[in-house]
Amino acid sequence: MLEPFLLRALVAALGLALVAAPLGALVVWQRMAYFGETMAQASLLGVALSLAVGGDVTVSVLVVAMLAALLILLLSRQRVLPLDSVLGLLHHGSLAAGVIATAALAGPSVDLLGYLFGDIFAVSQTDLAWIWGGGVLVLGVLYFIWQPLLRLAVHEELAIAEGVPGGRIKAAFMLLLAITIAIAIKILGILLVIAFLIVPAAAARPFARTPEQMVAITALVAVAGVVAGLALSARSDAPGGPAIVLVLAAMALTSLVRARIAGRGD
Amino acid sequence: MTDTPHATCCGHHHPHGPHGKAHDHCGHEHAAAAREPDAMALVSARALSLRRGGRVILEGVDIDIVAGEIVTLIGPNGAGKTTLVRLLLGLEAADGGQIRRREDLRIGYVPQRFDIDRALPMTVERFLSLGLDVRRADITAVLRDVGAEHVIDRQLAQLSGGEGQRVVLARALLRRPNLLVLDEPVRGVDATGEAELYTLIGRLRTERGFGVLLVSHDLHVVMAASDRVLCLNRHVCCSGVPKTVAKHPEYVRLFGAEMARAFAIYEHHHDHAHDLAGRPMPDASTDTQVAPTSGARGGEGAA
Repeated sequence: MLEPFLLRALVAALGLALVAAPLGALVVWQRMAYFGETMAQASLLGVALSLAVGGDVTVSVLVVAMLAALLILLLSRQRVLPLDSVLGLLHHGSLAAGVIATAALAGPSVDLLGYLFGDIFAVSQTDLAWIWGGGVLVLGVLYFIWQPLLRLAVHEELAIAEGVPGGRIKAAFMLLLAITIAIAIKILGILLVIAFLIVPAAAARPFARTPEQMVAITALVAVAGVVAGLALSARSDAPGGPAIVLVLAAMALTSLVRARIAGRGD
Repeated sequence: MTDTPHATCCGHHHPHGPHGKAHDHCGHEHAAAAREPDAMALVSARALSLRRGGRVILEGVDIDIVAGEIVTLIGPNGAGKTTLVRLLLGLEAADGGQIRRREDLRIGYVPQRFDIDRALPMTVERFLSLGLDVRRADITAVLRDVGAEHVIDRQLAQLSGGEGQRVVLARALLRRPNLLVLDEPVRGVDATGEAELYTLIGRLRTERGFGVLLVSHDLHVVMAASDRVLCLNRHVCCSGVPKTVAKHPEYVRLFGAEMARAFAIYEHHHDHAHDLAGRPMPDASTDTQVAPTSGARGGEGAA
């Protein structure tokens, strides 16, 4: 039988895979990968915040991720720099600030690697509760705003002109993204969270003809990646999060190359 | 220009020009002179203004669109046509002025660009039913109307420019709108298809009685298909029934007899743009159908 720690890792990563599938697809459709990346990396400041005030990491990461999203939204209205430059500035800046703050607060013995790449084998029962509880919440809200989200993804201005409350729906989506980042951060770390969202979606794209098909295939890919990645990790002693992301990336590349060869590169 | 006469054209040089006759043809819009938005209109705006980075984009624009009426916005590139549409649709907020939308307003919108990200897998049929209670038969019927029946099972990302425009128009019609807003709807559609599209819009307007707000560069078609024309160059410099507007000396000077250079003259007149030799600059908007100079007057229909 599986060791308890391995079982917990598996249950945690599988829960995350199911939540990440629809969110990851939406991030890919809306070209928000870099946006999410910036939110995730700013979250290291959330880790520092929890070290400073002694609260729960998940909550402070959630707060900081939301603040980062708000800041990005405000900065996206300026017209001096294009958005990708602003995001680059923010994401490297906040990563640097986060590393310094974390090291300063936790001393030289701090496990920075754990925050950056996660530690899936250290998942506790509480973490599992966060993942599955938060995951059900995220999926529930997504279910209700799925159709307006799709319409915004197809053509934002058309959707808003037709009466979709664009601002509120997008704010809700960012909140869901922040929750997902917060519950995933212990497992995958701030550097791999977004990869877990977008890589399975990228692998699924060539096989899908409808948005829902793409979500379903994304979930299957993510689950397969989790199982294979953890097996690889158990066998070779590789760290869990990176092993999962590596397997997923290989699957996505294979899928894209196959689609290209088959002439289905649509 | 403050009380928006119905068919004065660009009266900078002729502020008291002979425009009295123009009023005869005005079917609607009698509240336009008032400063309050027209409560009966589908959309009514007064004194709209917008600035961007210190530049005036729109100033003092009044506009009404009532049910059953086709209103067309014309004007040179950079005149603020698309911006005005965006304000009326609520996609952008004005700096000043008022917009009133009728409570039962239901908009069908055809944006200038409809480029779908290849990352999003979606068939035309699904797109046309998103948020709408329609069956495949309804979709087939409306696609046949717009001449795009063959694309129903295609992926959105695989549509050509013209097909995409027709599909968005199909969606706008499926929504059973009381106001149809089309921003240069014939981009990427060939000349025959263009005339057909306008005929279709005119026919459906008569059948269903919706109002239409159209942005166009094409004066031929505009003159044939519109009930009222608004020519915009940051402010409304000309407004009225096409026939009357077309006969107006200012209009003829700007768009009629010298249509080939119409927009260049127009810009010259308003913006005093010159090339290095002092001649009016050719306007970038050469996607306007450039006709030979004689007999190119508007109002003769889209041949």
